[in-house]
Amino acid sequence: MIGFLLLALSVAPLAAIMVCLLVRRPRICEACNLIASAIAFAAALPLPFLVDGRAMLFWGDYVIIDRVSAWVILCTSIVYVLASIYAIGYMRLLKQDDRLFRFYALFAGFGLTTLVGPLMNSVGIYWIAIELTTLVSTFLVAFERAAESMEAAWKYIMIVSAGISLALLGTVLFYWDGSFVLGPSYQMTWAVLAEAAPKMNPALMILAFLLVLVGYGTKVGLAPMHSWLPDAHSESPAPVSAMLSGALLNTAMIGIVRFLGITRAADLGQLPQLVLVAFGALSLLIGALFIVRQQGIKRLMAYSSIEHMGVVALGFGFGGALGVAGALYHMLNHSLNKSLMFFGAGNMMRAYGSKEILRINGVGRYFPVQGALWLAGAIAITGAPPFGLFLSEFTIMRAGLKPSFSWAVYVMAILLIVIFIGFINHFRSMYYGSDSSAAAPAGKVSAWCAVPMWLALVPLLVLGLWWPADVWTYLTSIAPSLSPGVP
Amino acid sequence: MLIQHLNPLASSLFSLLAIASLLMSFVMLGSRWLKNYLYAFAAESWTIAALSAAVGYYGNYPELYLIAILTLLFRGLLLPYLIWRIIRRMDVDREIHVILQPSSGLVIGALFVMFALSVSFRIAAGFHLELTVAVLALTVMLSMKLIGFLMLAVRYEAISQILGLLVLENGIFLGSQILVPGMPLLIEMVILFDLLIVVACFGVLVGYLQTHVGTTSTLELKRLVG
Repeated sequence: MIGFLLLALSVAPLAAIMVCLLVRRPRICEACNLIASAIAFAAALPLPFLVDGRAMLFWGDYVIIDRVSAWVILCTSIVYVLASIYAIGYMRLLKQDDRLFRFYALFAGFGLTTLVGPLMNSVGIYWIAIELTTLVSTFLVAFERAAESMEAAWKYIMIVSAGISLALLGTVLFYWDGSFVLGPSYQMTWAVLAEAAPKMNPALMILAFLLVLVGYGTKVGLAPMHSWLPDAHSESPAPVSAMLSGALLNTAMIGIVRFLGITRAADLGQLPQLVLVAFGALSLLIGALFIVRQQGIKRLMAYSSIEHMGVVALGFGFGGALGVAGALYHMLNHSLNKSLMFFGAGNMMRAYGSKEILRINGVGRYFPVQGALWLAGAIAITGAPPFGLFLSEFTIMRAGLKPSFSWAVYVMAILLIVIFIGFINHFRSMYYGSDSSAAAPAGKVSAWCAVPMWLALVPLLVLGLWWPADVWTYLTSIAPSLSPGVP
Repeated sequence: MLIQHLNPLASSLFSLLAIASLLMSFVMLGSRWLKNYLYAFAAESWTIAALSAAVGYYGNYPELYLIAILTLLFRGLLLPYLIWRIIRRMDVDREIHVILQPSSGLVIGALFVMFALSVSFRIAAGFHLELTVAVLALTVMLSMKLIGFLMLAVRYEAISQILGLLVLENGIFLGSQILVPGMPLLIEMVILFDLLIVVACFGVLVGYLQTHVGTTSTLELKRLVG
């Protein structure tokens, strides 16, 4: 049953790519991509219910499905289906029907690579999957072909490829370290590494882990390796921004989490966690500083992504059942919420014809329903109740309240307050700004662009009011499974 | 493990090849003509291919011959050819904005090698391998990584940045042949293909940069800030 679902999950986007490249008719391509994403979502939804405590392997041990990968795939598929609905409305506005088949082929490819990435059981092949996500998404970032998009695409592929090559070096060093225990030739899977970890050389392992952390951290957008992220997120078409933020970052985060689990099995002390916590706190700081003085609406959302990845990194860094559960819950909430925010930003950007916050004025007056949705999303993303992010951030803070990490909790609390003020202030000026000279919006928002915002906000509200007990048990059971053998 | 009992001839052959390829990255660092970068890169790849074959011969890993042939074809011939085509299409043949003189670049590169050596020595000492070729392999691996990053940081032509990236990966390739020759074949092959795709993407992007931004110097990419 699970094997069949995984097959559907990967074959549906693959089929969509084929059809897009063969048929090339824009309306058929968008329908195909939408159907593929719906199938992927339908296949990913039951996965967390079907997976029990043990990891399951498929297809000659190359595919692993355990609780953590099932959860991340669920997050990814949600963003993929929402962004696919949204893309239909948004991409029609660009009036580039003749190139649209390429967009949808690449978009389905992006969906495919982000969905299969967390499933890779071999450490090396996981690296390749992450590299493929970069290659596919570069062309999505560059799709609008303006000089800015080109610049963003160039910086994106350059910085991320350089960063990810560090992760490859780290992976090779992990393999080398393992070869002293397991012999010169072995299958490097997550479980094999974790099993051998207690006997591996700690100094080399720390070096390898730091390289991997910096490498995949570049892809996750942890500061100070975040510099590609605001450019790529702000210059790509809005559905792509949502995918980059809600799906891609999680897919790369899972690599860090699995490697962290391996180092915990090796008993290296607090250093790996401490470094991850430091990266997380720094990301929050960078996010806060740039959010307060931000002028571009999509860049604002991009820095908010850096902030939230920082929060997730803090959660995994704090560790323990609480920290991991909070971080994974935060992933889901962030995926929903950031899609909503990028959809709203894309709509407003098209309606007002500008990416600048100053040029957007009176959103609430011109778009009462849309505006209310977007504002609710803004309140949610700053971590205010009654939305899901409040619960997850609160859980992560509780996880950090132990002597070694309590400083990080205080830093996190202060920076979250700064971000709340800065972020909401931008929305105040867009909704209730006194500048009446700004142009009234010219565009309308189609239903394709409005519906996914509802679909994102409603679950977000539900998740904030009610954290189901089953989900709680599910998430708290993940922490021990990441580093087997540790009490 | 191969490196622990290696005969002296093999050990010195490996060292020779590793040092030759490190030298090639210094050639890249010390020049400012794009063509020279390219030739040095091609020569470096051939050295690595020779190294793969040598490791395959002395360590009894027949699959490394395949890797050697693929490295020669892809990294030694096909990639340089693709990049040569990009260079020919553009009318830039050298770095125009030099912020770091080649001579200073060489000195910094030398410092990087010393740093890499001290790190590798410590790591190798942890395994009691400090008298073997492992130290050298690790040094070359790390220092090519650092030199690649230096090239990325101080070179602005799009082509030099691509080559800098390729040097980063060459270092890993070289080190992994000596340190972990038994690493699953599949991964190495896919990484080779992967590189081909990377360069194809870069080719497309450079074309875009030229038509839509009007230059291939990344120094001009400064619209997106803050």
